This record gives sequence, structure tokens and C-alpha cells, in this order.
Amino acid sequence: MASPDDLTGEHGSLYAARKGVYPKKVDGPFRRFKWAIMAVTLAIYYGTPWIRWDRGPHAPDQAVLVDLANRRFYMFQIEIWPHEFYYVAGLLIMAGIGLFLVTSAVGRAWCGYACPQTVWTDLFQHVDRLIDGDRNAQIRLANAPWTAEKIVKRTLKYAVYLTVAFWTGGAWIMYFADAPTLTHDFWTGQAAPVAYVTVAVLTATTFVLGGFLREQVCIYMCPWPRIQTAMMDEKSLLVTYKDWRGEPRASVKKAEKNPGAFGDCVDCNQCVAVCPTGIDIREGPQIGCITCALCIDACDSVMAQVGRPRGLIDYCTLDDAATEKAGGVAPPIRKTLFRPRTLLYFGLWGAIGLAMLFTLGQRTRLDLAVQHERSPLYVQLSDGAIRNNYTLKLRNMELRPRMIEVTLSGLPGARLWTDGGARETARQSLRMSLAPDRVTSARLFIVAPGAGPARQEFMIAVRALDDDPRGDSETIQFDRPGTEP
Amino acid sequence: MADHKRIDEVTGTHTSGHEWDGIEELDTPMPRWWLWSLYATIVWGIVYVILYPAWPMIHGATEGVLGWSSRGQLEQEMQADAARRAPVMNAIAATSIADLPAKPELMQAAVQGGAAAFRVHCVQCHGAGGAGVKKLYPSLTDDDWLWGGDLATIEYTITHGIRNPDHKATRTSQMPAFGRDGILEPTQIADVVSFVRTISHQEKRSASSARGAVLFEANCAVCHGSTGNGGREVGAPKLNDAIWLYGGDRASITATVTQPRNGVMPRWNSRLDPGTIKMLAAYVYSLGGGEKAPAPALAAAAAEGPGADGQP
Ligand code: SF4
Ligand code: SF4
Repeated sequence: MASPDDLTGEHGSLYAARKGVYPKKVDGPFRRFKWAIMAVTLAIYYGTPWIRWDRGPHAPDQAVLVDLANRRFYMFQIEIWPHEFYYVAGLLIMAGIGLFLVTSAVGRAWCGYACPQTVWTDLFQHVDRLIDGDRNAQIRLANAPWTAEKIVKRTLKYAVYLTVAFWTGGAWIMYFADAPTLTHDFWTGQAAPVAYVTVAVLTATTFVLGGFLREQVCIYMCPWPRIQTAMMDEKSLLVTYKDWRGEPRASVKKAEKNPGAFGDCVDCNQCVAVCPTGIDIREGPQIGCITCALCIDACDSVMAQVGRPRGLIDYCTLDDAATEKAGGVAPPIRKTLFRPRTLLYFGLWGAIGLAMLFTLGQRTRLDLAVQHERSPLYVQLSDGAIRNNYTLKLRNMELRPRMIEVTLSGLPGARLWTDGGARETARQSLRMSLAPDRVTSARLFIVAPGAGPARQEFMIAVRALDDDPRGDSETIQFDRPGTEP
Repeated sequence: MADHKRIDEVTGTHTSGHEWDGIEELDTPMPRWWLWSLYATIVWGIVYVILYPAWPMIHGATEGVLGWSSRGQLEQEMQADAARRAPVMNAIAATSIADLPAKPELMQAAVQGGAAAFRVHCVQCHGAGGAGVKKLYPSLTDDDWLWGGDLATIEYTITHGIRNPDHKATRTSQMPAFGRDGILEPTQIADVVSFVRTISHQEKRSASSARGAVLFEANCAVCHGSTGNGGREVGAPKLNDAIWLYGGDRASITATVTQPRNGVMPRWNSRLDPGTIKMLAAYVYSLGGGEKAPAPALAAAAAEGPGADGQP
């Protein structure tokens, strides 16, 4: 089999080895902002499962918990049941609109600061700097032969990578079970196999994606850059090298000899050296740029050193770039942030959020779902009456047992009974006790006089017989002979 | 087109020579890890072919060194499932059917198991959900039972079937073919039909029904009772209610009296184990028409012992 390097076409190799990216350490307001975001996101990710929340005796006391076995999702005071999954759908829609909002206003801010791939890559690059040293030392070590020092450093580095990756994978499973219990079970070998498999898979992916693939994920694998390109317009903020101000480039010395002939860029390459995806922003906007603004910090400090105004590389919209190029002054940033498009997105986003909050506040915790049994659609009884069968699903979502009453309306002469009862015990309404935090399923038999419309709509209602009488009702059909298709 | 290959100044990459309306395509090299991923999938494929059945041959496929097969896996899963269900199945088998309702969890399991067995063995005649088929097979969901609708009676009916010629314990009775065998004249049959339709409130009293009443008392009342109340000892249907297995209009009743159907149901003890039959009975009972008290018919049959044919 040919080695990849032998797969040469007439233009050279078809496959390119990764060029190492060794971003240089940089300081500045954007870098500090990025540190802060990293601290917050990591703290949320690692810390959330450990927050406790007292819900009483029938429920877990973990604040955020995805309880797959019992099919419940707990988030602080909110408890979501599978049939309420539309809340999750709502959150996804909000996330989608939120992405439109953020992207149309501030471009790829998600990519630059909050994306997990960005955060963990940043973390691993920081580990590189701690162990191997800054950019130049890293490059030297990468090209150095395998000496004892290099072996020790590499071993140490990969060990730290693995620790971080393991920690990351381990934190994930804590969202799916009681964190302290699971930690104990995990280390004593008593956790479910799926826990170990999940941790192993996430450790491996974090190790590979954060430790090695890094910017290749952003450039080759991730769909967001492609999607975001479509969501941005000429008023979205991009990290832009202002070539009309920077070009032609020249060193400080050369510029001093020939004042007025050169632009502000001193061709120091600092913007390239700090870039975590290893691109040169001076070549113009490109898909590899995650708009992390580290090059802005780098260039601003260079400009400060040579005594030129900051912002040779800066956040700038395509419109502003055109204005400035033509010698005008760009409008203030709030004009960019608050414009009809972003306000519309924000309005939509907020409306969905408020609607969800409202329904969350209004929802009852006693819920009824009725299913009309279709085979048979109706049963002819010997005295001429007609019986229809239904399946009741009663959800008691409260954490206490409840007594409820099922009543009918709109079906004259009807009587009902449920499993274990019989027609002799039929009444107009019936009472049942419901176990806490459970779905109770029961068959409901309804008998009504044989004379009547072939298909009749009526209502089944449930209400609790305690301090909170709110319940639920459903309109459903009663069928008599003559309704066969 | 091939002539337009050149090096793009901005990226320093070759172009592929393809051009559309002035837009050219770069021939950017693929990342090398991508190639390695491809090789990895090839290795995976080879390993898979060695380990698992893969290569189709004339008789079946290559076996694979692990000896795995989907059939074998199914077998294992079935066994594991049977082992998992064994405690409940044993408990059901050990409980008499009359005691089942006192153990709600066992009863529930039996109803579910019975529903599954019903879908396999019974729906062909009695329909999904036990609704029956009009003019052919009785509905099992209503409150009208030919032989009785309590748990033990249903279990007995399923076990021994109805009118199985070669089985002693089967339920048997035969309605004479009054018309075909010339026991009654067609006009007499018409009168009997009038009477039957009168007691089931489908027709008003008439001279015909008055004549029919006399004929009914002489020919039919012995099984169906003087008032048409039916007789479960012999599976004689009630004639004074709203349920008609073979139809309640004049033509249908006339056909039945002339040439009765005497429907047959297989006995299931030759094909199903007692536990499954018990579960089937529980399921049928749960359909909504089950009766609490055992039918007197069963008591009588039990007193006479199996093999009583119940013929008058
Ligand atoms: S070019 Fe600048 S903003 Fe873009 S990724 Fe590189 S450092 Fe970040
Ligand atoms: S950091 Fe600024 S001055 Fe230095 S090369 Fe980049 S753009 Fe030019």
C-alpha cells in the first residue's frame, strides 16, 4: 500500500499533514474576557451536578438531573415529564433563534468564546504552555529529537491531557444519576456498564479532539462555520484586518526612513503567532477564523509599543469596513447591535421564553389522557345498551398521593366503571387514588342507552379531591351501531 | 478546461482547472488524518469479516471465528427472557383461576400474557380485541355468554373447546335442523320466528306469534326455556335479548331454525399448556363482559364429571 505521501497527483500531494499550531501567549481585554468565559463555562459544566435541591421524600435531591430510568428531567424547581417534552423543543427553538440573534449581531461569538471545542482546545493549549513553554519553546521541542527531556515532557503532557479528558467524561455521567452515589459506585466498580462506556468514549473523544485535532475540527468537521456564514450579513461583527490602514507593511525602521509611504502594520506577525487556529487574518475574512479576538489583543499591544492608535485589527462590520475605506467614520457600535433584524430576533426569542415561563406557571400536575379503544368500537349489550371502552392514563405529577374523581358530561344516561368493577357497580362518577409521581393506567367502561346518535362527543374530566382541585378534561367520542366504516 | 490549471496567488494552492462563470475550484489537499481514517475503516472491515458471518456462500454465509449468529443470539435472548418470566409464569400456573383476582399483580400479568397469546391463537376467529365476527364467531366482550362468562367457565371452554367430535370433555349440544329434516313445515317455522321476534321486542304480538308460541313450547323450550331465557347447560342462547350471533332479522332466524350452524371451537389443551390457557381466560374475562358468579352449567357439568355431553 502506498504511503500517503506517495499519493501524488500532478499538483503535489493529495493529502496534507497537519501543520502544527503553537499559539503564543497573549494578554489583553479580549484574552481576559476569554479566561472569564472559560472559567464560567467549565465551572457550570463540572459543578452543576453537585448542586443539591430539596424536593421532599419522593424525588431526588439533585438540582439538575436527567433521570432516564424514571423518565424525568429535573431542573431546580422545574420537573419535566416525557409528555412535556415540548419544553425541550421550546428550548431548542430558543437556542436556534438565539444563535441567529448572536450571529447576526456579533458574528461568530459562540465559536470564539463558548463553544466546547474552543474552550477545551484553549485549556489544552494552556497545558502545552505550562509544560513545554511558550510558542518558540514548543516549536523547538516539536522539532527536537527524542531526548529524555522530550520523552518526559511528552509523557507528562499526555498524562495531563488524559486527566482533563477523564475528568470531562466523568462529569458528563453525573448529570444522569445522583452524583455522590455515582462517584462512589464508579470507583468501587458498582456503576452500570453504560457509565464506564460513556466515560471511556468521552475521555477518548476529548483527548483526541481537544489534544490533537483542535482547529481541524473547526475547519474540516464542524458545520457551524458554514451555517453561520449564511446567518451573517454586512452588519455583523467580524474580526477584520484594516488593510486600508495597514498596507503596505513595513518595519518601524523602514517606515521612519520613508515617512508617509507605509501603512501601520509593522509586519511583526504577532497576530499570526497568537491565533489558535493558525491563520493569518491579514489575508481577509476566512472560515478558519473563530473571531476569538486574540489577534486584536496582540496587535493592540504592538500598536501601543510603536505609538500608533489601536484597532488595526478590530471588530468591524463589512459595512463599516467599506465606510472607513472610503474615508468615513463608522457609526457607533450600538447601531450595529440594535437594528431591526436583531431586535426582531430578540423579540421572538423573548416571546417564546415568556410563553414557556407562563405555561410552566400555569401547568397542572394532574393530567388526563384518554384513548378510545377501537376494536371493538362499541359493544352491544344484551339489554340493548351500548358499551364503549377507553384507556385512561392519569398522571399524578405531584410528589404526594392524591384522591381524584372522574366524571362524565354530555352523555345522557351514561354510567361508568373501571377495572375490577362491573356493570352492577356502575355510577355517574368514580373515585380513584393515585400514587405519587406516577402514571396510573386504567380501563374505563362506559355504558349508555342504545338509542342515540351513532357518534356522540362527550367530556371526561378529572379533578383532585384536595386543596388543589385543578384537573384536566378531554373531549372524546362515544360510538353506537352505525359508525362502522 | 484542463489548460486553466495554475497556482492561486492568495492561497498558494493549485486550482483544479475547473471554472464556472469566473469562479475557480482550488485543489486543496485533504488533511492526512482523513486518509488515515479511511484506512482505519478498511482495517475495521477486514476484522469484521473475519470475526462475524459476512461472506455469502451458496449455502449460508461464512461463519466468522466468533461463531456468532443472529439466530443464536435470538435463541439466547428468548431463553433469557423465559428465565426472567419463569417466576411469574410458575406462580400463575400454581394459582387456581378462581383465586387469580385476589392477587391483582398476578392477574395483571396473566391478562397481559393472555393478550399476547390471544393475538397469536384467537384473533383469527374472535377478532382483535375479542369483538367477534358478525354471523360467524361470537363476541367475547359483551355480557351474553352461551356457556357462562366467569373465569373458571371460560377456562374450561378454552381447554376443551366446543363440539369437538373426538374429545370427550368438550362442550356439546346440537340444535335439530327443524327445516332441513322436515320437523317443522315452513309456515310453522315462520310462526316460530314471529314468536321469537316478539319476545325479543322486535315485533308486535300477532296471530302468527300466538301460533308460534305453541310450537316453541313443544319444540324449543326444552333448551331455550319457555320465555327464551336460554340454557347454559347446553349452550342454548338467550332469545329474548338484543344480541344475535347469527342475526336477528326474520331471514336470519328462519335460516338458523331451518339449518342451524352448531359452531365449533377447537380445544386448546392439545396445543397450549394450562398456564397459557389460564392467562387466555383471564384476558377474555378482562374484556369487560366477565361474570362474577360461576355459571350453574359448570357446576352441573363438574358434578357429572368430564365427558358429560349435556345433551337433553
Ligand atoms: S484570526 Fe484572530 S480572531 Fe480569528 S481565530 Fe485567529 S486569533 Fe482569533
Ligand atoms: S500584529 Fe498587527 S502589526 Fe503585527 S503583523 Fe499583525 S497586523 Fe501587523
